[in-house]
Amino acid sequence: MTKILTPLAEFDVAARDGLWMSPVDATKVTGWTLKPEGMCRDDLCVPLPASAVGINEVDLAAFWTKLGGPVVSSATRDVWALGAPPEERNAALEGLEAPDFTLPDVDGTPRRLSDLRGKKVFLATWASW
Amino acid sequence: MVVAVAEESRGADHARPWIEQAKSDYWQLIDTDHQLEDLYNLVNVPQAIWIDEQGKIVRPPETAGSTDHFRGMDLKTRTMSPQAQEERLAARVAYMDAVRAWVNTGEHALPADAARANLPKVTPEIAAARAHFRLGVWLRANGRAAEGDLQMAEASRLHPESWSLWRQAADLDEVGKASGPDFWKRVQALGERPYYPPPKL
Repeated sequence: MTKILTPLAEFDVAARDGLWMSPVDATKVTGWTLKPEGMCRDDLCVPLPASAVGINEVDLAAFWTKLGGPVVSSATRDVWALGAPPEERNAALEGLEAPDFTLPDVDGTPRRLSDLRGKKVFLATWASW
Repeated sequence: MVVAVAEESRGADHARPWIEQAKSDYWQLIDTDHQLEDLYNLVNVPQAIWIDEQGKIVRPPETAGSTDHFRGMDLKTRTMSPQAQEERLAARVAYMDAVRAWVNTGEHALPADAARANLPKVTPEIAAARAHFRLGVWLRANGRAAEGDLQMAEASRLHPESWSLWRQAADLDEVGKASGPDFWKRVQALGERPYYPPPKL
């Protein structure tokens, strides 16, 4: 199995030669679905070159690169990370809607920022280092 | 509501003593993968974002009360002059007063255009750095420290302005290293540039 890390989750999928995988797995990892016109999400489709689509498989690395997102891997290519496309991050921030997230508190209870809607939030980082 | 997020790849137990000492009644969250820094394009701690009741950012990421006075400290005794300590405390109090004023009256919230203009832009290099860092944290957490360190070094090479990426990697290598001699060399290399850019209040 190949481990794929996305900004907010991680997946184990059967992949070969990098990130060639079934369209079902590609959807599971990215939320985008392979259709005749390309990889699609809602009303948006990103056309893929013929070289990135096979019989019942798709080259996820080629798709992610086309989307503008970084694709990096361990030296042994068993663990990969797909980063958020910078334009996606910039567009989200420029909309000024605070990007939502869920993180555990110190006892492991998940807490979601958007649950605080209706209150002012002072969101601050710190570290022991 | 305060939401404090520990950018702490060593995990909750490593952050716990500070959290217990704070005796806070607000959320104290643990961000082992530095997700928040990815989502909000942060580069250091402490940084803060002000979010209004509708979930809108009214002040983009900025230094949350810290100052560059530490750069003048005596490295042998690790102390600052009384004047520097006083100025540092005054800056912190001023920032916290501004936060309170915003909560009570809405003061200091920026209009949308100004908030947008102050957003730091995510570049392809920064995006790639985040992916390398994410991979590095995973590799380290799964017993592959040497490989993880290579990924983290690449992250810092791609995004040298991020103190968090560099210091977290140094800390994972060895606790204390994030404020060791290499840290001070990097701080000195800043020259006239700030380590903690002051918030424009």
